[in-house]
Amino acid sequence: MSSNRSLEPSSLSLNDLPWQIEYNNDRCTLCGQCTAVCPVKAIALHPFQKRIVKTSVGKNAEHSNAYDTFYGIRQDTRVENACIGCAMCTLVCPNDAIRPKRNPGLDRMKFHINQHGIPRRRGGRRNDSGSVLDRIKFTRISMLTDPALDAGRHEFEMSTLLGRVLPPRENMKCLREKGWIPPVREIYPLIIGGMSFGALSPTMWEGLQMGVAYLNEEMGMPVRICTGEGGCPPRLLRSRFLKYVILQIASGYFGWDEIIHAIPHMKEDPCAIEIKYGQGAKPGDGGLLMWHKVNKLIAAIRGVPQGVSLPSPPTHQTQYSIEESVAKMILSMSMAWGFRVPVYPKISASSTSLAVMNNLTRNEYAAGLAIDGEDGGTGAAYAVSMDHMGHPIASCVRDNYLNLTSLGKQNEVPIFAGGGVGKNGNIAANAAALIMLGASGVQVGKYLMQAAAGCVGTEEDRCNVCNLGICPKGITSQDPRLYRRLNPEDVAQRLVDIFVSFDTQLKKIVAPLGRSTSLPIGMSDALGIDDKNIADRLSIKYVV
Amino acid sequence: MCRLFAITSKDPQSPMLAIKALDVMKEGHDGSGVGLLLQDLGGTFEEMKDAPILSGIFTEEGICRLDLFMMKLGFMTKHKISLKPPKTRVEGIPRRHIYLIRAYELPEGWDALTQEELAVKLLEVRLKIREMGEEKNDMIVFSFWPDTIMLKEIGDPMKLAEYLGLDRKELEARVIMAQGRQNTNYAISLYACHPFFIKGYCTMTNGENTAFIPIKDFLSSRNIPGYTGYQSDSEVFAHILHFSMEELGLGIDGYKHVITPLQRDDLAKHPNFEFLDHLKKTCRPLIIDGPNMVIGTLPDHSMFMVQDRKKLRPGVVGGKPGMFAFSSEICGLDAVIPDRDKTMDIQPMHLDTAIVSPERQEVNICRQTEALNLPL
Ligand code: SF4
Ligand code: SF4
Repeated sequence: MSSNRSLEPSSLSLNDLPWQIEYNNDRCTLCGQCTAVCPVKAIALHPFQKRIVKTSVGKNAEHSNAYDTFYGIRQDTRVENACIGCAMCTLVCPNDAIRPKRNPGLDRMKFHINQHGIPRRRGGRRNDSGSVLDRIKFTRISMLTDPALDAGRHEFEMSTLLGRVLPPRENMKCLREKGWIPPVREIYPLIIGGMSFGALSPTMWEGLQMGVAYLNEEMGMPVRICTGEGGCPPRLLRSRFLKYVILQIASGYFGWDEIIHAIPHMKEDPCAIEIKYGQGAKPGDGGLLMWHKVNKLIAAIRGVPQGVSLPSPPTHQTQYSIEESVAKMILSMSMAWGFRVPVYPKISASSTSLAVMNNLTRNEYAAGLAIDGEDGGTGAAYAVSMDHMGHPIASCVRDNYLNLTSLGKQNEVPIFAGGGVGKNGNIAANAAALIMLGASGVQVGKYLMQAAAGCVGTEEDRCNVCNLGICPKGITSQDPRLYRRLNPEDVAQRLVDIFVSFDTQLKKIVAPLGRSTSLPIGMSDALGIDDKNIADRLSIKYVV
Repeated sequence: MCRLFAITSKDPQSPMLAIKALDVMKEGHDGSGVGLLLQDLGGTFEEMKDAPILSGIFTEEGICRLDLFMMKLGFMTKHKISLKPPKTRVEGIPRRHIYLIRAYELPEGWDALTQEELAVKLLEVRLKIREMGEEKNDMIVFSFWPDTIMLKEIGDPMKLAEYLGLDRKELEARVIMAQGRQNTNYAISLYACHPFFIKGYCTMTNGENTAFIPIKDFLSSRNIPGYTGYQSDSEVFAHILHFSMEELGLGIDGYKHVITPLQRDDLAKHPNFEFLDHLKKTCRPLIIDGPNMVIGTLPDHSMFMVQDRKKLRPGVVGGKPGMFAFSSEICGLDAVIPDRDKTMDIQPMHLDTAIVSPERQEVNICRQTEALNLPL
């Protein structure tokens, strides 16, 4: 743009962008790989001019002035083409000639991502690397009377229960008198949280399902995966692998026509039914699958027309109040499978979660409560919801657990915590901290996308275009050109790696605390943190 | 690591036997305290098997307050032993006014109560006295139960026994449990000393209970009177025993299935799989996870020993018909029953519950993988 033109308010310079391209012309061979791979067309081949002036002090010396044209890579400064920092260009460049760099200054683009009155939407994460869970330390190491346990040699049993557990006296009485005892599943405490078929690409979904089947059948680890709101492929519904799957129903009821019709043909009951009332990343907002991703397959599974955006309403519209909703939906879902399948709600962490929990304790069909903290991920949400709405998971889980303890129901309604587990890579430590704060297990999503499929998203607002169907890794895209980048077998292999290494890490944490044969749920005496206020809030030790 | 010794004998024995055993195992405890339980009493108490006996430590004012309180409730003293400490102080033993062991006549009308009702009432009285004592620091009460005496004090077991004159005939008993303390806390609360007693169930433990907080949270939220205290992480073992036998109606062979349940594969092979699977799930917060050897007695005077899931603590049972002892170490056993057939000594392993029934004829080993004696 020349300097005498009028500028638009949203005209940005390279300096205003959150990500800037560092490009080395000397190394570039103009192969075009980077421009081809860039998901947002942030870079393009561009002619540049160079002026070469030659002067000399000699009397008869010749002076020359020449213009040279050369080609290089130029970064686009339009808002819709701003670089997202995914570094796919770096990945494909054979000559290490290009890389994105985070703008260390204020990213002015933020003020302009609302063109045509549409505020920013994105997928991914909250973009805040702070984590209370990371700061929690395990301080109660058995040093005095214990021979330390050996994480490698001793026998361990790190499973948890999903389902309504009756109090001992009642349970044994029901057993004697052949009364109804709510179904309870013994599962691995690290659960693959709800990521829908639709939000995820078919290759990603397939990879996760294969990995789960392998973990169960070859490794003996009862790992469970939640479908998210988007239904379930018909063949899976009719296969024996359904028992490893938690079917999610949410306010859009997407895919449930197919599921209900498949019930008579099911060879196995699903592990459980999760009723989604809220999501930590965007509390009070329904699910959203943007039209870019609703292709023929997705439309068929969800029972909707192709190419339309699929926003789920924030509430289950057919219900009057959440109490009623929870009670009715839990009952109908339980009934659909003859009361053989645990049914539990999932809510976003909130200061009102205690009220939900209190209702659940009085409802004998409620199989647990999943709570999703503000650090939970999403396939698509308004940035304002992700950035400013929500409740951290740690104190929410703690409050609910202590509330259950005061009612004597801590073993009866299991809490599953999600949102930010492993956000900085410390998955086992985060999970163990939540378990010791009172969770019976944890749900993870983003960590698995990063570790099992190579999602490049980070807490620095890198990538996060999961909503647009242009996922450069093929994880959250429905475009075959993109999702073919992901080999399902590789995802499965990575998933197995992750769970096996998680298991070792978990043992390395609990063994020195003297625990091995039961998951240390609520073992808060083992926890410490270097902040007095947090310690007081969570009723754990303050250590410096 | 504390040292434990328990003996069950057809004929009443002096508590000095157990003290002697602790003395032999001295390397393993620091002489920081001793706890004693005497049951199935000989001596004068033999003739009053139904009279509840109160054991505790009292100051002068404490005794007055106790008398007043008990009188109001209608309890009459039937028989008592006061262990008055000698005038000269002994290094390491605190100065007390009186160690009281007193049997009471039940108040009028209490005879008509059922066993269960009576048990609740006696427990209430004990908890009330404990509460009063904690208010003014003038009473410590260990037990209030028929045919049961308990004594706990800080100091070296042998010195204490001599100091208090525990060799007297009136203290002879057929069931004796003793713990020599290895102090792991700086200030010692006598309520934190083993053995722990609730309604005829008594346990003492050697080890560390790493799952203490969740277990304590679970027990104290059961709304069962007496599930309180927990100054020691080992107190929960007695309450879990009571819970599994009284609340759930399990036999002693079920106790281990509550505290150290079988793992998935073994459980699946068990003849009582369904029952045990439910038991494991519903009693999940009662799983102990640390290294522990537990010795206990039941209301019928059976005595047992169980080990943790990995058997990380020593423990041995041996003896001869009529007299069996449970000990942390073999040397303790040798000191008390040297003339037994040592080849028959048993060191219970990770699946075993060793039980000596009130007939005291043999040691029964109940393996966790065997079928249960279920009250079904
Ligand atoms: S980092 Fe990603 S968005 Fe930016 S130019 Fe490279 S490929 Fe394009
Ligand atoms: S790599 Fe794919 S899944 Fe990861 S943040 Fe980018 S678009 Fe989302």
